[in-house]
Amino acid sequence: MTATREGSRTRPGFVRSGPDIVATARGGAVSVLIRPRACAVAVGMLGLVFVLACLALAIGTRWIPLDEVVQGVFGTADRTVNLTVQRLRLPRVVVAVLVGAALGLSGSIVQAITRNPIAAPDVIGVTAGASFGAIAVLLGFGGASFGYGGASAELSQVGVPIGAVVGALLAAAIVLGIGGSRSPGGGMAFSAQRVVLVGIVLHAAFMGLVHWGLAAADVDQASKAKVWLVGSLHGRGWEHVSGVSLTLAVLLPVALLLGSRLAALSLGESAATTLGVPVARTQVGLFVVAFAFAGTAAAAAGPINFVALLAPQIAKRLVRGSGVPLITSALTGAALLLAADLLARLAIPSTELPAGAVTALVGAPYLLWLVVRLGGRR
Amino acid sequence: MTSTYEAARKQAAANGAAGLRTEGLRLGYGPDRVVIDELDLELPHGAVTAVIGANGSGKSTLLRALSRLLRPVAGRVLLDGEDLHRLRTKDVATRLGLLPQAPVSPEGITVRDLVRRGRIPHTSLWQQWSAEDEAALRAALAATDLTSLADEPIDALSGGQRQRAWLALVIAQGTPLLLLLDEPTTYLDIAHQIDVLELVRRLNRSEDRTVVMVLHDLNQACRFADHVVALREGQVVAAGDPAEIVTEELVRTVFELESRVVPDPVTNTPLVVPVGRAT
Repeated sequence: MTATREGSRTRPGFVRSGPDIVATARGGAVSVLIRPRACAVAVGMLGLVFVLACLALAIGTRWIPLDEVVQGVFGTADRTVNLTVQRLRLPRVVVAVLVGAALGLSGSIVQAITRNPIAAPDVIGVTAGASFGAIAVLLGFGGASFGYGGASAELSQVGVPIGAVVGALLAAAIVLGIGGSRSPGGGMAFSAQRVVLVGIVLHAAFMGLVHWGLAAADVDQASKAKVWLVGSLHGRGWEHVSGVSLTLAVLLPVALLLGSRLAALSLGESAATTLGVPVARTQVGLFVVAFAFAGTAAAAAGPINFVALLAPQIAKRLVRGSGVPLITSALTGAALLLAADLLARLAIPSTELPAGAVTALVGAPYLLWLVVRLGGRR
Repeated sequence: MTSTYEAARKQAAANGAAGLRTEGLRLGYGPDRVVIDELDLELPHGAVTAVIGANGSGKSTLLRALSRLLRPVAGRVLLDGEDLHRLRTKDVATRLGLLPQAPVSPEGITVRDLVRRGRIPHTSLWQQWSAEDEAALRAALAATDLTSLADEPIDALSGGQRQRAWLALVIAQGTPLLLLLDEPTTYLDIAHQIDVLELVRRLNRSEDRTVVMVLHDLNQACRFADHVVALREGQVVAAGDPAEIVTEELVRTVFELESRVVPDPVTNTPLVVPVGRAT
């Protein structure tokens, strides 16, 4: 590699390529394709996330003015404000941003691979798998009948997220195991359509198990489990941040590295193959990344529906079909979840709705509209 | 990067091995579903070859093997004298391009963005778009007459224009490049069919690209191909210049159809006029 050599011989330059700009350096050895529209959308979305985050920090049972919020973040405001901002509101906002981003990425990847705008981790069984895992832990180990009683609070903090991740992995393994099959002609054949079909069946099966568990469990445990099942950001603290942030830190670069392969995959499996993409391997790799995002998101905030479905669609429409806008989908997911949580907190003054209920109320009509529109086109 | 390939290609041409060939090829889907067996076929370098045959005769399966989508059960596909399935995937991608049957474009994508993806085998994270890529993109757009439509969304184009955009994606993959086309005229009206086939011929003539395409329409095959391969139940019934091989006898054997073959009033190539099902 010539990376260490001084690239002073040729100055960096910019060349137009249609509506886009190519930035080159080191005499063309390094070149980056910049899409002004995509960048503008991403920056705008980042701004929206920032504004929503500020609002989420300021609004609550007590309005905290923005300048005090900033002081609170750095711990220089008075004690109550410090405590409210640092312990209660900031972690909740951070969890919302991270979970929303993970869901947006997850949906964006799954939709690009399956070439299906209705596919998302919460549609193809992975989120249901996470629910099953979490409920199994809640009811199995947290139940009074097993004598844990008082320990259940601590257990649910550690055990439930682990259960959710394990459940998501289990669902992912089943979806990929049955959805992919050995082709007689050679290597793995991997039908994205089969993955979606298997996923839908799996979703139903896992939800059946969840409801069975709820029916069989004692009322106390069942009601606790039901709260988790809607997906909520209520009471999220710093302990919920680590899982998602770690997954994002490790897997976001992987997803971005595979971005051009994702663009090839969205042309269809044969086209991608002839473009030199090892299709089966890339699909499995990307599915695993997407499912890891979805699983850890569910572990942190419960099964929040529709964000993974909506965010990539909104991002795609804003960016207007240039590649697969992973970063913009992540930011859109974060904005959506922040907005949903704000709405959930404000909609009914005296109580608090779970954010998952708000996303479902917004998402379901959108999904129906999508189905009607897709049905009308073909 | 391309120079080693250039050298290899010149070497292959010198040995008479340039182009695509099959040796004892057996293709199938599972042990008891052999579609093609013991196929030795030479696809003439620099020519337009049309593969014809009835439904289920194995022509699409053959094209899948030629484009590396299907691994042979036995035998080999040779690209410029080398085993296609032993070459590096990226290498193959710059030497051989496939236009799938009835391709579906991602929603909302522009012509430019679609054609750009043809350069995926050449680009990397550090080199997302080189001057060479831009030149290939422009050449592909110009060759397919799409320069003025480059920033239109694919969804807004006619079927024929859409097919041309996909052809541009394939030819942007590299030069010289073998083009494999799987029924490129499917779902197009007659004017757009001719439009696409004339473009294919132009790409072959002016840019020296070898073309292998599966075609349903016999008369179009006769008119636009230099070489016709007729398949029946996985076997080559006849291969050669359409003027010589396309006869009433061949049509009866391949399609079980009675016909009259007369000279095409426009091009003088064989014109097959169906009479009725052979009894």
